Amino acid sequence: MVNPINTPSTDISGQDNPGGLSGWLQPQKNRMFILMTLAAIAMFIPLVSNNYGLEIMTNVWFYVVLCLGLNIVVGYAGLLDLGYAAFFAVGAYTTGILTSQFGVNFWLTIPVAVCVSACAGFIIGGPTLRLRSDYLAIVTLGFGEIVRLIARNLEITGGASGLIGIERPTIFGFQLSQIVHFYYVFLILAILACFVSYRLQHSRLGRAWQYVREDEDAAEAMGINRVAVKLYAYVIGAIFGGVAGCFFAAKMTAISPETFMFQQSVLILLGVVLGGMGKIPGVIIGAFALVLFPEVFRDLGSMRMLVFAIVMLIIMLYRPEGIWPAKKS
Amino acid sequence: MSIQDILLQQLANGLILGSFYALVALGYTMVYGIIKLLNFAHGDLYMLGSFVGFIILSFLSDYIGSGWAGILCTMVLSMIVVGFLGVLIQRIAYVPMLSAPRLSILITALAVSMVLYNTVMAFTDGQYLAFKTDLGFEGIELGNVFVTYTQLILVGASISLMIVLQLFVHKTLYGKAMRAIAIDQDACRLMGINVNKIIALTFFIGTSLAAAAGIMAGTYYGSIHFFMGFVIGLKAFTAAVIGGIGSIPGAMLGGLLLGLLESFGTQIPFIGTEWKDVFSFGILILLLVFKPTGILGKTEIERM
Repeated sequence: MVNPINTPSTDISGQDNPGGLSGWLQPQKNRMFILMTLAAIAMFIPLVSNNYGLEIMTNVWFYVVLCLGLNIVVGYAGLLDLGYAAFFAVGAYTTGILTSQFGVNFWLTIPVAVCVSACAGFIIGGPTLRLRSDYLAIVTLGFGEIVRLIARNLEITGGASGLIGIERPTIFGFQLSQIVHFYYVFLILAILACFVSYRLQHSRLGRAWQYVREDEDAAEAMGINRVAVKLYAYVIGAIFGGVAGCFFAAKMTAISPETFMFQQSVLILLGVVLGGMGKIPGVIIGAFALVLFPEVFRDLGSMRMLVFAIVMLIIMLYRPEGIWPAKKS
Repeated sequence: MSIQDILLQQLANGLILGSFYALVALGYTMVYGIIKLLNFAHGDLYMLGSFVGFIILSFLSDYIGSGWAGILCTMVLSMIVVGFLGVLIQRIAYVPMLSAPRLSILITALAVSMVLYNTVMAFTDGQYLAFKTDLGFEGIELGNVFVTYTQLILVGASISLMIVLQLFVHKTLYGKAMRAIAIDQDACRLMGINVNKIIALTFFIGTSLAAAAGIMAGTYYGSIHFFMGFVIGLKAFTAAVIGGIGSIPGAMLGGLLLGLLESFGTQIPFIGTEWKDVFSFGILILLLVFKPTGILGKTEIERM
């Protein structure tokens, strides 16, 4: 009992370890501590930051939700989706249309948006998931464009100029109007997304995703319904995007089809890939990089997206698993 | 105009559009056929072709003008320049990734595409550039349908490029090597074929055809833009899939077919021009779902 590292300590409370380094080496305890610290820091950011910083941080949380949603499709199930902005658009437009044209309460539009985006995921995924991965990529790209073009051409979606005057939500008679309010809304959303992602990853379904991703044939031989499992990934990913879209519409109060262009889908995908596919902290880092990189390099002007693209290429060539990849067992 | 004239006019428009699609689709199909890589950057190479052509033409126009002679020279030069660029991209970005998982190589291709269009965007500030030529608008009337000489020559040029390609692939030793590599790379290596060189050659040819299409599009539409490659890349992929991906005659057929479908599709009541893209992406999806091998593609048994 001299070296506590070598003993398989099952005591999480750590009473056997008299502090020091060995306490740090216990993963669960340490991870909880880091998470609590990060959450606390995130909680107190509005106290020290100006509106500009808050706006950016709100954006970060928003992209965390989107990237975690896409991560279910790309990272967990290993399917390349190049049209993820379509689901985000579906959520945003559902809320936009229902609140601005039918006067429905914002909170009631969320379940509707969940249903609609799940249906969209089902419609897109259903017929296409039997395809090869590169075909799937192109089909999702086509679907993304179709959704955007429909939003652009229809009357009810406001055409090319989009929807304006989406009402801001109220909660217990208190209207969310300041950026600080939305900061907390998106922070809560991001934490919720992390929690759901984490639970999903370690569920039966999560293990099935991993199996299908690593070896489809073997997974099928073990009795996993390949298409159903992939479809779950698609639908759940779509719901994440849809919910993020609802809150996006509420925050911006105006949406236009240009927000949901192909570049948006690519950006979300980059967030997932950059940090490390299939790993929640990796994806969060990716989302941070995604939002902060263009802000930090604002001076570069129109060159900044080019620099971003080059960085992306270099990461793919030298670290194809991302900055902080998931451990392969 | 009677209904026949409208249909004839759409036939002419469709053939022109279709020959652009076919030229770009050829590059997709050749690269896919040989290394099973979906080159997302292909549409951007088409765009790059038109921009390189724009630069070359602005130099050449002082010496030989920007009539047909100037455009022909521009086309040849920019096919060579962009072709080598295609090979360079293949060497830098795709060769190291060939043994990587499918997902990684697709994302790499996506990153290459981003690098290309962001480069052009940074240099042009996202503006449209006028592709100035002295071609005029003379033409001939076939019945009640007016076709400019430019249109005729462009269609002629793309058809002759396709014929040259077909002859190259089927009559030369290099073409034979290409076809062999598409079937079995390892066996080719054992038979003493320099596989890497042939793959590079395939990239060169595919890319330069896209560049040719880019210049033709610049000549035809009169303006070029950094994002012009995106939609055509998607459409050309559709064309390649319609014909059967991996098949060279299939890409030509698919391109022409898609061009015709699109231009006739806009004439159907309730489907205006704003629904044109929805129409062709819809075709793509239906096709991939119901007949992923396309018209001329071979049925291959493989895991999905």
